[in-house]
Amino acid sequence: MIELCTQIFNKNVWNIIIPATLQTIYMTVTSTILTFFLGLIFGIAMFITNKDGLHPCVIFNRIFGAAINAILSLPSMIIIILVLPISKFIVGVSYGPKACIVALVVVCTPIFSRLVENSIVEVSKGKIEAAKAMGASNINIILKVLLPESLPALIRNFVVLTITLISTTAIAGSLGAGGLGEVAVRFGYNRFRTDILISVILVLLVLVECLQLLGTFISKRILKKRHLI
Amino acid sequence: MAVPFIEIKNISKKYKSHKQEFEILKNISLEIEKGDIFGIVGFSGAGKSTLIRCINRLETVTSGTIRIGKVEINKLSKKEMNLYRQKIGIIFQHFNLFDSRTVFGNVAFPLEVAKKKKKEINKKVTEILELVGIANKQNFYPEQLSGGQKQRVGIARALANTPDILLSDEATSALDPVTSLSVLDLLKDINKKLKLTIILITHSLDVIKYTCNNMAVLENGVIAEKGKVKDIFENPTSTTAKVFIKNNANLSVTYNRGNVI
Ligand SMILES: Nc1ncnc2c1ncn2[C@@H]1O[C@H](COP(=O)(O)OP(=O)(O)O)[C@@H](O)[C@H]1O
Ligand SMILES: [Mg+2]
Repeated sequence: MIELCTQIFNKNVWNIIIPATLQTIYMTVTSTILTFFLGLIFGIAMFITNKDGLHPCVIFNRIFGAAINAILSLPSMIIIILVLPISKFIVGVSYGPKACIVALVVVCTPIFSRLVENSIVEVSKGKIEAAKAMGASNINIILKVLLPESLPALIRNFVVLTITLISTTAIAGSLGAGGLGEVAVRFGYNRFRTDILISVILVLLVLVECLQLLGTFISKRILKKRHLI
Repeated sequence: MAVPFIEIKNISKKYKSHKQEFEILKNISLEIEKGDIFGIVGFSGAGKSTLIRCINRLETVTSGTIRIGKVEINKLSKKEMNLYRQKIGIIFQHFNLFDSRTVFGNVAFPLEVAKKKKKEINKKVTEILELVGIANKQNFYPEQLSGGQKQRVGIARALANTPDILLSDEATSALDPVTSLSVLDLLKDINKKLKLTIILITHSLDVIKYTCNNMAVLENGVIAEKGKVKDIFENPTSTTAKVFIKNNANLSVTYNRGNVI
């Protein structure tokens, strides 16, 4: 046990872990930014094109909903395997971090779209009706009512998104994208380096826990400010 | 006879659901004078909210016309409609304030929507909060306010764009009797001060008696009777009004100002 601990905090281990961590962070941050904007747009689009939404468009809503469900129902591993070759057309390569980012965005945008949709569905109909009755345009309603009113839920769901991205990055990593996932598979799994495997787990746990704490903190602060808790 | 300010002529509203058609409003006609406080009373489900939503065009009537001033509202384009709605204030039973905004922010909302300048917004909001008596609460969030204070914010928000008409959909139904009275007093007050036309919807005849000059009784989507409040109370003809006035004797004690407590 003690031996394992000294191994984990050995300099050689961290020479491998730190660059991999940075690579994971790079992939996660980039794909988070992309997924955030795409998911926000699609989530809002799904909400307003609903049958009794602000701008009903049932055909779009059905097709888009079906596409989202299709991706959601597949294991992320399979989507990544499907998308990596397609990445070649988008970023020019079908391996490494760049291709991985494309795959991550494809996997996580549907998840975040649904999370955004679920957050803004919680805004009461009465508030939307009030805004409409005051002559607010749909853009006004989205920017001044839906998003601000659901901000605490959006922040919590944004944390869920980043955590999902970190773990999906690890899966993509094991498929050749680099980062912590690749280290875990190459050393921990193939070469039985338990020390490295545990280090990877530690780093992932710390990353996820910090994000979760930060997200909960900000979300709670907003709710407190609005006197909702 | 002069042309009335608001003229609702033979409107009907139908909803289709499960292949069945429901006629929620049937051939309704009303004339409302400028500066009047007009009450519409009816049981739950009579179609009161639907009627009010037709007036600010959140619903489109199936047939008939609604004219306000010189404007026939069913002919408005989408853009004109938003401008039109800015001139029709509305307050709700459950207030529908924005929790993400302070009292000030809530009242500023319609002004932002109307693309007013920041300086003008500041001036106007301060002025209106003064008028409705909650100037000292302008940095509070809605959740920090009592029901009566929330409705005052609702009224302030509805008045921000100096509307021609104020619609009130059960605005005092969620409030206790004493608070209701103070809100109704405020409505009477702004009706006088601003020469504002108010259409007040309620399921309580007491509210009508206390506040309105003219009234209509809505029964299952039909206007069962309409006229001066005094006349209808003296001689009710519709079942709704009769039932209300009969059951009213014991309730009205609370609404008799002198005996509130
Ligand atoms: N969008 C809608 N679709 C179908 N029926 C509706 C809709 N809105 C209201 N109704 C029906 O219209 C009737 C009158 O509703 P409402 O105007 O809210 O009554 P009130 O405000 O007098 O209680 C109710 O029976 C209600 O079920
Ligand atoms: Mg109603």
